[in-house]
Amino acid sequence: MTTPLLQIEGVTKAYPGVIANNNVSLTIGRGEVHALLGENGAGKSTLVKMLFGLVTPDAGQMVLDDAPYTPASPEAAREAGVGMVFQHFSLFDALDVAENVALGMSDPPPRRDLAQRIREVSEDYGLPLDPAQIVGDLSAGERQRVEIVRCLLGKPRLLIMDEPTSVLTPQEVDLLFDTLRTLRGEGTSILYISHKLEEIRALCDHATILRHGEVVGQCVPAEESAGRLAELMVGRRLDPPTRPRSAPGAVALEIRDLSLPPPHAFGTALRQVSFSVTSGEVVGIGGVAGNGQDELLSALSGERLSAPGTVTLDGTDLSRKGPEPRRLAGLLAAPEERLGHAAAPDMSLSENTIVSAAGRQGLARRGLIDWGAAKDFAEGIIARFDVRTPGPGTTARALSGGNLQKYVIGREILQDPRVLVVNQPTWGVDAAAAATIRQALLDLAAKGAAVIVISQDLDELMEVSDRFAALTEGRLSPFRPTEGLTVSEIGLMLGGAHDMEAAHAH
Amino acid sequence: MDLSAISPELMVASLMVASTPLLLAALGELVVEKAGVLNLGVEGMMITGAICGFAIAVESGSPVLGFGAAALGGAALSMVFGALVLGLLSNQVATGLALTLFGLGLSSLVGQSYVGIKPPSTPRLDLGPLSDLPFFGRAFFSHDWMVYASLALTVAVWWVLNRTRTGLTLRAIGENHDAAHALGLKVLGYRLAAIAFGGAMAGLGGAYLSLVRVPQWTEGMTAGAGWIALAIVVFASWRAGRILIGAYLFGGLTVLQLNLQAAGVALPVEYLSMSPYLVTILVLVVMSRRKGRSTAAPASLGKPFHAQA
Repeated sequence: MTTPLLQIEGVTKAYPGVIANNNVSLTIGRGEVHALLGENGAGKSTLVKMLFGLVTPDAGQMVLDDAPYTPASPEAAREAGVGMVFQHFSLFDALDVAENVALGMSDPPPRRDLAQRIREVSEDYGLPLDPAQIVGDLSAGERQRVEIVRCLLGKPRLLIMDEPTSVLTPQEVDLLFDTLRTLRGEGTSILYISHKLEEIRALCDHATILRHGEVVGQCVPAEESAGRLAELMVGRRLDPPTRPRSAPGAVALEIRDLSLPPPHAFGTALRQVSFSVTSGEVVGIGGVAGNGQDELLSALSGERLSAPGTVTLDGTDLSRKGPEPRRLAGLLAAPEERLGHAAAPDMSLSENTIVSAAGRQGLARRGLIDWGAAKDFAEGIIARFDVRTPGPGTTARALSGGNLQKYVIGREILQDPRVLVVNQPTWGVDAAAAATIRQALLDLAAKGAAVIVISQDLDELMEVSDRFAALTEGRLSPFRPTEGLTVSEIGLMLGGAHDMEAAHAH
Repeated sequence: MDLSAISPELMVASLMVASTPLLLAALGELVVEKAGVLNLGVEGMMITGAICGFAIAVESGSPVLGFGAAALGGAALSMVFGALVLGLLSNQVATGLALTLFGLGLSSLVGQSYVGIKPPSTPRLDLGPLSDLPFFGRAFFSHDWMVYASLALTVAVWWVLNRTRTGLTLRAIGENHDAAHALGLKVLGYRLAAIAFGGAMAGLGGAYLSLVRVPQWTEGMTAGAGWIALAIVVFASWRAGRILIGAYLFGGLTVLQLNLQAAGVALPVEYLSMSPYLVTILVLVVMSRRKGRSTAAPASLGKPFHAQA
């Protein structure tokens, strides 16, 4: 059989004000892993939704197995042999694995047979799963397995995977790739959506690159350099962030034996976290989501207080001080959640500026807000960080993720912090905005501030930080210089093998 | 004080009668909340059912027709809620409260000419030799058919929620409506059906008050039973079996305090009358202090759903 499995020809979908897909064509062969590459907002999701029957195209046609393919619903898509693993898992926390699988099938078998089949499939493809476990108790990697098994039970001919590795540890990624290669060997085609270039080069046979809803290139990823792929994706050259290396300065922030109980039932306790950061230094703290990142940030920002002597800035004990005194002392923080934590969604950018910068920038006098100064400061952030917005009167909610992130980080950086703590500074942000943010963090360090970057993106940490440590179940591994650190070493650190790692280092 | 005046078999019998309206309404609300919708209008739907059932039973002389009309009346009123909440995405809490006020007003309007009338009596179910058993016969086996129907409905609701595809879908929608939509499940359809079922059950509960328990029509006669039903759903931590326990516990307290009053316990009547409500508040506080999955509410409860294109 030489005809391709799926042909998409001239598919167009427009929403009011934006053309999400414009005349997109691509072909996926049998047993081929095809990459769909593009930045946020390039139209990847829309294309995938059309393939899975959630959106109907305005124009163009799709041909699956020589027959016209126009799925009206996800059910129809599944029946035609198209399965999908979602980016934000479409799972139900309170239900068990078997129930979750049954919900994704058009005609599920009785429970006992289903459990048996789940066990079979999960063993065949190296995806260990217990059908009776409650999904809410599973790790991100295990949850993804549930989604994959759900798809595989439907015997798909085409498996769509939307950003599957964004929540996985390097080891889990390897496991996933093994599974996908097994599937490819059996003749299943895979449409693999990602913006992680190295993964695509390692796994995919062909790639289609989307930009602003249009196909801007097709290639064999293994034959292209990551830099070239990035250029195609972004449409211009991206310079890696640069900074002059400077000699380590004095210790700015010192954390000693910081322990805190979990803030809520699903939180993580911090266990004897100790480290120090010097002026002009960027330290990176990596880890898989839910290992204490949010808790560490709130202990540093002052949202949660810790035992006396645990948080010291330039010799002053700040452990029992709240966020505002810490800000005034020069310890600033930008949390992960942009909407609702770093910024109030329905308040304007000016108002959101006041929330954080009122004290440090003198935007309020005798309890009265200086609106003029607030507006000027907000405009300064917008100009300096290239935030695309009509003006400081716009509500935070109206900004795109990347623009709001630039704004939130910029708001802290322009307050000229002594120490800045950021959590997931470029999460869900497109490559160009991410580069801007990283460069800004490096520039801040170059001016003498200490910067702590908490992130799940290991590439990012390798790019910006001088020293790296892993946060696992609330424990921080010893820091190691980033230079010369390999991915497998980091994987071990993330796995929590601290002792082994420490012995290795000395 | 003379506690020997309390007859255990009569107390159990009246406990079952007192609990039935609560059981019916709470079962309905359980299904609604399992689908992720919070309908605070139970009181309004109950009293609408009470007057619809009463009026039709009086006019037709048939309690069965009365109960049917009560279910329809409750369901019809709940559809107002459904249209507002699901169609126009109005706030569920505010809409539910409005529904209660609307139901109270509507029922007094309809019920003006029915005050002081006696409804046709709902016959006892003849259970043959079972009813002749000593103690058990009078306590458990000499009730009207609605009592047994409510118990059967408890089992049915449990079975559908936990053992069928429909129930699984319903729970999934209440748990995560966005994921359910992404999988192609009909979120709005299921929710509307659940709301209608909740309305019908509340209507039946109300009619049981006006046709059997009291039996008479007076304005505002549900007297907070709808709110108790809502509390029972939380008390039961969204499980059908525990709804039965909750309803019978509350019904039991009501009957017990009446019996204690009759026996002349040396406590002001007001304290006894408020005791079931105090216990409800206490139980709710204890329940919400306890953490863990077994007490978890459906994760999408009360959140508006708007399908994204």
